[in-house]
Amino acid sequence: MGPNLFENYAEAVSMIIFAIGFTNLLLQKNLIKKIIGFNMMDTAMYLFLALKGYINNHVAPIVADGVEASTSTMVNPIPSGLVLTGIVVSVSVSALMLALTVRLYQRYHTLDLDEISKRLNKEGL
Amino acid sequence: MRNIIENFPLFSIILCLLASSGSLLLKEKAAKIVNTALIILVGLMSAILMGYCYLNGSFVYVMGHVPAPWGNEVRGGVLEGGMALFFSIIMYLSMSGGRKKLLEEVEETKQNLYYILDNLLFCSLIALVYTNDLFTAYVFIEINTISACGLIMIRQNGRTIEAAVRYMIMSLLGSGLFLTGVIMLYDITGHLLMSNIKESVQTLISTGQYSEPLMVTVAFMIIGLSIKSALFPFHSWLPDAYGYSTISSAAILSSLVSKGYIFILIKIIYRVIGFEAVVQSKLLNVVFVFALCGIIFGSISAMRENDIRRMIAYSSVAQIGYIYLGISFGTKAGMIAAVFHILSHAATKSMLFISAIGLTDTSNTSRHFGDLTGSAYRNRIAGLGFATGSLSMVGIPLFSGFISKLLFMEASLQNQYKMLPALIVLGISTILNAIYFMKTVVRIYSPERDLYKGREGFHVIRFKEEKEYGITIILFIILNVVLGLCSGPILNMIQIGIESFS
Repeated sequence: MGPNLFENYAEAVSMIIFAIGFTNLLLQKNLIKKIIGFNMMDTAMYLFLALKGYINNHVAPIVADGVEASTSTMVNPIPSGLVLTGIVVSVSVSALMLALTVRLYQRYHTLDLDEISKRLNKEGL
Repeated sequence: MRNIIENFPLFSIILCLLASSGSLLLKEKAAKIVNTALIILVGLMSAILMGYCYLNGSFVYVMGHVPAPWGNEVRGGVLEGGMALFFSIIMYLSMSGGRKKLLEEVEETKQNLYYILDNLLFCSLIALVYTNDLFTAYVFIEINTISACGLIMIRQNGRTIEAAVRYMIMSLLGSGLFLTGVIMLYDITGHLLMSNIKESVQTLISTGQYSEPLMVTVAFMIIGLSIKSALFPFHSWLPDAYGYSTISSAAILSSLVSKGYIFILIKIIYRVIGFEAVVQSKLLNVVFVFALCGIIFGSISAMRENDIRRMIAYSSVAQIGYIYLGISFGTKAGMIAAVFHILSHAATKSMLFISAIGLTDTSNTSRHFGDLTGSAYRNRIAGLGFATGSLSMVGIPLFSGFISKLLFMEASLQNQYKMLPALIVLGISTILNAIYFMKTVVRIYSPERDLYKGREGFHVIRFKEEKEYGITIILFIILNVVLGLCSGPILNMIQIGIESFS
């Protein structure tokens, strides 16, 4: 396990960041911190994905005019495409979450989700 | 030359996307017509597709000109076609049943937005049913989450926004785990298409390589999807989201959104990992325990509720537990029972929500049991719908709930270790269901107290006044009875579909 872990240290780091993000999203009371946690979680996954597509000493898979291109010298392009798709998804989700947070803040002037729940129960809605 | 019918899955998805973006330009009435036409059209296409696959077997449709290991694919089969047809029926009924409330509760300028979100949600459900690519599944899961969140918060008050935030948080945790699972699986196998991944996974299992990462991957995907479909103990977001959103949203969320996730989970179990491998990994035993706890706790929470809509919402937690129970038996009979219960629960739960709103409307929009006394006399058709739904939930013969309970019991007998706990819990839960549903039915059919006579908000609603609503309830009742009485052919279809998965 030791040597493997050392060799794949970047993957290990991305998993640790994922765990930090996940815990933040789950346990933080503050909504903004939750959103930050969510972004960390997703970014960690994109890091992991990008690492998986990268091959040492290989170049970007771009075929220029007149240059012989060989697949044996290129990195895997699919993970990069997936990362882009994933970023679009997480940007839209973050935007939605932030919009919801603004709405809640305008109504209750707090970002603490538990506090908001308490007030809602008091309002008896 | 391909048969035109094989294009139908793609047509359905594209049509939904077009309708959703097109509705942005339309007024409320036109958007409503587009939405209704879309649901009917997709339903028709799915029905034709189901018949075609029944005769010719399932097929894989390659999108564009890029062949298998790289391109994107959709897959059509009996079960996919049937599911899409069923989703269309429930979507249509939920929309038409809640139309009046939608007009009342949603601001006029935002009503066409509701139809946009609904078309988008429908699109993601259809795509989840048909897709053969895991990353596409992830993207549509996120689209599903975003549009479902919109459906919850379109009725603007503090409760719904808070419910939407809670829903989003839990959903994001779930989709984060699912994404991790997909990426790790891609890392291990090098593929994203379900059939290619399955080949690699089979080789890996036979050579014994990467057994731990594979296990972690499967666990991540199962946990992710069970968070999203509100399996106990991940159900904390559910009562608020179902209880306070506008009624069409509640019906759609409870009967379709969670079912879409369960369907993709079943697909993953069969078409990505392989049923045998999942059973051998013993992960299903963990699901089994959570499902049993969910059934009991869901029912107990429902009993303690004093609010009719939150009670129905908590009952969903128990019913989701049933579906996972069927999956966790690890037998084909269990899986068939689970798929049948998806249909049965979707038909019943949306009917209960739609009926409940009819009852609360005649009781000064109060949702508390005290005010609902005798409401079935004030709105007879809603009372009839609620009583039918309750009988089906409890498992009285003639209705769909009976068949699914029977199937679960039969399936449990095939697994000697899980038989006893499953049977005990099914028994207890039937009693609990009977207690809280019958309590409500008795209350709404109690003779009206003089107390309410002449009080504002407590008025009689006749069938003539709300024709669309009444017809919807009647259609719901017919659907429920059809599921209960003609379960033979439906089960046959499910069996053929599941066999073609493996």
